Amino acid sequence: MADFHYSVDADGVATITWDVPNKSMNVLSYDALRELDAHIDTVLADDAVKGAIITSAKKDFAGGMDLNVIAQMKNDAGDNPAKGLFDGVMGMHGVLRKIERAGMDPKTNKGGKPIVAALPGIALGIGLEIPLACHRIIAADNPKAKIGLPEIMVGIFPGAGGTTRLVRKMGAMAAAPFLLEGKTVSPDKAKAAGLIDEVVAPDELQARAKEWVLNATDADIVKPWDAKGYKMPGGAPYHPAGFQTFVGAAAMIHGKTNGVYPAAKALLAAVYEGAMVPFDDALRVECRWFVNVLMNPSSSAMIRSLFINKQALEKGAVRPKDVADQSVQKVGVLGAGMMGAGIALVSAMAGMEVVLIDQTQEAADRGKAYSEGYLDKGIARKKATPEKKEAVLSAITATTDLEALKGADLIIEAVFEDVGVKAEMTKKVEAVVGTDCIYATNTSTLPITELAKASERPDQFIGIHFFSPVERMMLVEIIKGKETGPRAVAKALDYVRQIRKTPIVVNDARFFYCNRCIIPYINEGMRMVGEGVSPALVEGAAKLLGFPVGPLQLVDETSIDLGVKIAKATKAAMGDDYPDAAVDDIIFWMADEGRLGRKANAGFYDYDDKGKRAGLWEGLEGKFPHADDQPDLTEVKHRLMMAQVLEAVRALEEGVLEDIREGDVGAILAWGFAPWSGGPFSWLDMIGADKAVEICDSLTAEYGARFTTPALLRDLADKGETFYGRFDTAQDAA
Amino acid sequence: MTDAYIYDAVRTPRGKGKKDGTLHEVTAVRLSAIALNALKERNNLDGHAVEDVIWGNVTQVGEQGACLARSAVLYSDLDERIPGVSINRFCASGLEAVNMAANQVKGGAGDGYIAGGVESMSRVPMGMDGGAIAADPFLAMKAYFVPQGISADIIATEFGFSRDDCDTYAVESQKRAAAARADGRFKAIIPVKDQNGLEIMSEDQMIRETTMQTLGGLNPSFKAMGEVMPGFDAVALLKYPHLERINHVHHAGNSSGIADGSAAILIGNKEFGERHGLKPRARVKATSKVGTDPTIMLTGPVPATERVLQAAGMDFGDIDLFEVNEAFASVVLRFIQAFDADTNKVNVNGGAIAMGHPLGGTGAMILSALLDEMERSDKETGLATLCIGSGMGAATILERV
Repeated sequence: MADFHYSVDADGVATITWDVPNKSMNVLSYDALRELDAHIDTVLADDAVKGAIITSAKKDFAGGMDLNVIAQMKNDAGDNPAKGLFDGVMGMHGVLRKIERAGMDPKTNKGGKPIVAALPGIALGIGLEIPLACHRIIAADNPKAKIGLPEIMVGIFPGAGGTTRLVRKMGAMAAAPFLLEGKTVSPDKAKAAGLIDEVVAPDELQARAKEWVLNATDADIVKPWDAKGYKMPGGAPYHPAGFQTFVGAAAMIHGKTNGVYPAAKALLAAVYEGAMVPFDDALRVECRWFVNVLMNPSSSAMIRSLFINKQALEKGAVRPKDVADQSVQKVGVLGAGMMGAGIALVSAMAGMEVVLIDQTQEAADRGKAYSEGYLDKGIARKKATPEKKEAVLSAITATTDLEALKGADLIIEAVFEDVGVKAEMTKKVEAVVGTDCIYATNTSTLPITELAKASERPDQFIGIHFFSPVERMMLVEIIKGKETGPRAVAKALDYVRQIRKTPIVVNDARFFYCNRCIIPYINEGMRMVGEGVSPALVEGAAKLLGFPVGPLQLVDETSIDLGVKIAKATKAAMGDDYPDAAVDDIIFWMADEGRLGRKANAGFYDYDDKGKRAGLWEGLEGKFPHADDQPDLTEVKHRLMMAQVLEAVRALEEGVLEDIREGDVGAILAWGFAPWSGGPFSWLDMIGADKAVEICDSLTAEYGARFTTPALLRDLADKGETFYGRFDTAQDAA
Repeated sequence: MTDAYIYDAVRTPRGKGKKDGTLHEVTAVRLSAIALNALKERNNLDGHAVEDVIWGNVTQVGEQGACLARSAVLYSDLDERIPGVSINRFCASGLEAVNMAANQVKGGAGDGYIAGGVESMSRVPMGMDGGAIAADPFLAMKAYFVPQGISADIIATEFGFSRDDCDTYAVESQKRAAAARADGRFKAIIPVKDQNGLEIMSEDQMIRETTMQTLGGLNPSFKAMGEVMPGFDAVALLKYPHLERINHVHHAGNSSGIADGSAAILIGNKEFGERHGLKPRARVKATSKVGTDPTIMLTGPVPATERVLQAAGMDFGDIDLFEVNEAFASVVLRFIQAFDADTNKVNVNGGAIAMGHPLGGTGAMILSALLDEMERSDKETGLATLCIGSGMGAATILERV
């Protein structure tokens, strides 16, 4: 079945309609590119055809490239994948350049056929790069449509000419937010920015496109860069104005990406080198850097985790197959504190009926007011409408009355983190709700199996661990207790799908998966401070690893007293096996000093009156003087990294994690684990199990048993295997 | 191996390198020729007297482009059979020219050379020649490029020099330079005259009296580009992750001034001197050049000094006088700190903070200042060194004969 359809009307205007069978959204596949190429050939060869419209039969134009194409290009090339990619991408340039030049005479620029892109809705990635090669881009006035080049978000960059064309169209400075930040905008904003040419009423789209084709002159279809005397807007790199732009851009990108994202570097290099040569050379330059990125293991890992596997998890990759749809209609949220209020907000935003319960009406109202404040901010920033606010607020019932929970099909309990309090709540609520209602507890530390003991129906009892702030954090960690049944899992997953977040499902164990890894990261940072390592070096090393926040900043954010509480609880649970006494020395002291973190405006960092982080607290050095001999940066990095990834490996060994994809995606979304690496398992694969074992052995000798090489890792090293080689359940896509 | 001697050294006064500077009206090629002519006249360099003119010059575009060295020879009274070569080792170009000439002589490639350099920063502003290290994203990121001012501030942060330390040093540099000028210690200075013999300038223009209070009122020059746009500090911290932030201490008053000027030095072997009836003033004992971390960039004088001492078979304590180019206060403070040097032996007559730093010429200028002071105070050994853009360093040891 074809992805593109071709027709010519009585006026000699051809329409190439994109309509990928059995998909709601067009994505470009390997074969479809060839189809498009053949249709363009027909347009150019057929004397009866005056010009063409490229459009879509769906409500949107296209969502992007099928990233499997990249894998296909690599595989087709056998032992020289770079060559395969280069030839493949150059082939793509050839098709788009054919559209752009449209058969015109190379010297006079005359005699070409106008080709217009008519975009009914979303046009992203290659879905914008094809239009950018056309002579005019007309979009339907569809405020929900997103237009842009978001490739950078998954670790690559627009490599089908989008980079070169946009920079030549707008100048490097104006193109920067679209290329380097992957900014996507509505059609009217796209027009204002110069990304597209025209916005028309949706029902006039095709007619206007045809009208343009029939009236276009030779001059209308010559791109500025193909006309004589073209100068790049804003100046090429060695023009005075351009020089400042390029010097500044390199520094800014370097600083902002902490130097760990190859795609941003390569993109900028392609822009710089391309700006100094003619257009066709610039496409070749773009292609070389694009291939360079595609060949970089970081990009493959990012595509795998942030695109392919994230999407797979969102689409139910780990959902029990034989359970019917469990979409939530009415959710009861117990506890209107910060977490409960956030959960109520995202649930109501997703169209669910919400009952928000707290002990006093005042507390419940305050929880609901959180949604109001959030939407007011959204309205002020034009991200929400008064109608949306009205709809959300009317969906939330704030009350103290448990009877209001009747008819709820999902309960999410977010009360105080105490087994007794939670147990009492479970009993009370189960007495009110229907017997088929699923009961979820939002806890970050208490074992689900333990909490489930209070339930009459432990198979319907499950953990749903949200991260704070709920509306911003994209990951939800679902925890199965010993007796949790498949319908509870399906319910939780369907709920997470409804609120448009990414789920991972793990088994019950101390701190589940995410906190199990985060806590050792924080502890390792504090431990180093206790040893006399300069706190600036600890934080700096974390940034160089690509962590958005260093361990000391992170513990300030989550609060020192929470750390103390967790330490005490862990110590009580583990007794003599408790390994973190050295950490307690520092965190207990911090708590005694009243430096409880950001909320106290005093922690490892100082904060100003407005709560803005000022700098590392100098008082720290009085208690923990900096050692004369500071460790090597690499060693600090290895300690911070291994503290986390070894927990991930142990979680896999112990069956807490059932799927490494969840381990990787979860780590990036939950605590910003070095996204460039693709996650803990991807990172281990990248450095190789051999090397990882070597690091672990050396750290163990120096710092103790917490770095002991897990048996699984040693086995992989012995056999020369990788995590994704052994455990990947999806097919290798990139 | 043959010895290389310095027979003479001249320099123009340094003018303020801006549009209101006294030398702004003088072209770079004439400024060069003035120094070359002075050497010719003072040393009877008729005919094909020297092998080459090795000419340091940094911003080689516009009127400084197209091999300024050869243009300067043709502009001057030197014989047209003398060639010329422009070289660019950034701020050490003038010293590098001398070192190359000395090493050519030592190696037997000719008896005599003129070496030196020029920069008319008022006419050909710094940075006009672009540069991949700053603008090419691949290179800028690989080298963790930051501008020199940021580098100077990294030195201050990394090695613990406060704003007060830097200002104190700057005040002292001005004081020393003023005293030296009043005392007529810069023997190498030749006046700049016009084509009719009328004098344009005969003394350094930029020396000024200053105090800690005056300097205290100046805003740091590199804070905005470091912290805000485009944020070079973030790049610096990627390279120096153990620093929490960069302390921006440098400003116009404790950094070298932008200047115009040229300098030329006559170098040759023993036979060259005998042939021209010249008495050698000093032997070029040893030379060095090094590459260092390009981000902190300006710490080169320390390894360059270690290397030149090693080449000379000497210890730091064997050197009587030091000229360390005052590109920024922290550069000299770091040198003093690294060697625990006696401040009474370093830049005794001030330096570029007071007098200015005409990029391509400075290396030859500080060498002439060193030589003048070695003779005045009757010292045996001297060492000149400069920090260099992109992370390099160069040094020369002179020994009186």
